[in-house]
Amino acid sequence: MIVFKAIKHWFARRKVTRRNRALGTDIALIIVLGIFGLFSLIPLWFIIINAFKPLNEIFIFPPKFYVINPTLKNFKDLFTLIGNTSIPFSRYIFNTLFMTVLGTFGAVIVSSMAAFPLAKYRFPGQAFMSSMIVYALMFNGAVTAIPNYIIMTYLGLVDSYWAIIIPGLGSTLGLYLLKNNMIYIPDSLIESAKMDGASEWKVYWSIVMPLSKPAWITLIIFSFQGFWGNDGSTFLYTEKLKPLTYALGQITAAGIVRTGVSSAISLIMLAVPVAVFIISQSNVIETMAASGLKE
Amino acid sequence: MSKRKKLQSMQWKNAWRLHKSKYLMILPFAIIFLCFSVLPVVVALILSLTDFNMLELPHFVGLENYKNLVVNDDIFQIALKNTFYFAIVTGPFGYLLSFVLAWLINELPPKWRALLTLVFYAPSISGGAYMIWGLIFSSDSYGYINAWLLSWNIIDEPILWFQTAEYIMPILIIVQLWMSLGVSFLSFIAGLQNVDKSMYEAAAIDGTKNRWQELWFVTLPAMKPSLMFGAVMQITGSLSVSGISTALAGFPSTDYAGHTILTHLSDYGSIRYEMGYASAIATFLFFLTLFVNMLVQKLLRKVGE
Repeated sequence: MIVFKAIKHWFARRKVTRRNRALGTDIALIIVLGIFGLFSLIPLWFIIINAFKPLNEIFIFPPKFYVINPTLKNFKDLFTLIGNTSIPFSRYIFNTLFMTVLGTFGAVIVSSMAAFPLAKYRFPGQAFMSSMIVYALMFNGAVTAIPNYIIMTYLGLVDSYWAIIIPGLGSTLGLYLLKNNMIYIPDSLIESAKMDGASEWKVYWSIVMPLSKPAWITLIIFSFQGFWGNDGSTFLYTEKLKPLTYALGQITAAGIVRTGVSSAISLIMLAVPVAVFIISQSNVIETMAASGLKE
Repeated sequence: MSKRKKLQSMQWKNAWRLHKSKYLMILPFAIIFLCFSVLPVVVALILSLTDFNMLELPHFVGLENYKNLVVNDDIFQIALKNTFYFAIVTGPFGYLLSFVLAWLINELPPKWRALLTLVFYAPSISGGAYMIWGLIFSSDSYGYINAWLLSWNIIDEPILWFQTAEYIMPILIIVQLWMSLGVSFLSFIAGLQNVDKSMYEAAAIDGTKNRWQELWFVTLPAMKPSLMFGAVMQITGSLSVSGISTALAGFPSTDYAGHTILTHLSDYGSIRYEMGYASAIATFLFFLTLFVNMLVQKLLRKVGE
């Protein structure tokens, strides 16, 4: 009886909240969502559970969607391996942290500084530069790999942190997103600050930056993802300069004997950027709302 | 003529005086952009006209590289065909998938919306996560697909997924689709949340009867900027596949079935060191991406007109 009442109530509410929505289509669309959700989730699910499988379960036939005897052995083995590398493992962590923190901080400053005048003022060259940014979005980094290497060599930056950090500072996507968000900052705020005698730099730092916080947090995420995924193999040769991603990749590359440890590494490689995204999801969505390409 | 030049330089001086701090703010970005985006394209363009091989001084060879590329290089024809095949399936389909899933998620309660956004977006953020597909489609009986097919008695012996030319492309397409809900997907989610709710009510009064009419008459026109941005991201991504091909199908793949323009580029660039030729491939890809983008932008502008 209660169940029947609840269903009736649900239908009555549905009529109000889901106006213009046919029930059949609702169900069909939820099924579609479910199918693609599973397609997306299942490989991720395997990455997660494999990390906790003992070796005999990783090679069980047929593969299971769950762990019978969950273990932390893979992670323990990883820590033992880490303790025995020729270069202390903390060095790889330091390299990644150094490049990521400096690169991300620099990218936020460099991009936001350029985004502010392009978003808020009209001056000679402004329209040209704005359209250049849109074209640059269509650009693929791999195309310029060879010339970039030659340029890096000329600048004497090969085999140093700067070969990784400096190109990352000029994030076109970052500049584009920041600019599109700064457009919505009211002009009156900027003008009244200027009446009080604030310089452009002061306006940028104490008005524009605080108001575009979601946008630069988003840039931090994208920049972090970029540095985290970069194993530096093109530009870094000296072992003690190489980042964490490279070191973990080397452990995995040892092949089938490292299967257990590899699955632990896969989970770590996945979990870090996902965790960073979860923390900042609302900021990212707020920023992307202004990502549209205007004519 | 010189008078006009003088006037022009005076105008720029004036602009500099008036907007000095603005130009200074842009300067750091401009320098990095010029050094690592504009200059490389120019250098690639110049190198593509030479026979540069990293050892000897480059000689000017004119359009020789391009001629060889188009006329003599059979492997490039395969790479081109594969890239187009790949881009035509994953580009539009990934784009559509991004939009449709964002649209479906948009009607869910906030908690479900956040969770599903994460599930769909996660594959694209973690650089090496796609390696799990190597295990799923592994060619021995431990590969998940093989194991299931074997245990259900559908096949008698493991299928050599990544060693069979016909299977390579379809699998790479599946993997790419799995990873294709990236920046454009987020842009759509955000764009949908920002469509003014009162517009739906107004449209309902004007007579929209179901979600499809709402989608066509209200949502799509309101989201046009997001749709254009998403298209740029998707096209550029789908034309530049190489990482997943090399990592999963190996290099060179069986019968070059997973060979793309970019793997061809890295073959000549980082294995054979024929930099002039590699630069010609790079320049070709650069203009191809630009051209396809322009074309799609033109098409998308027509939405809702």
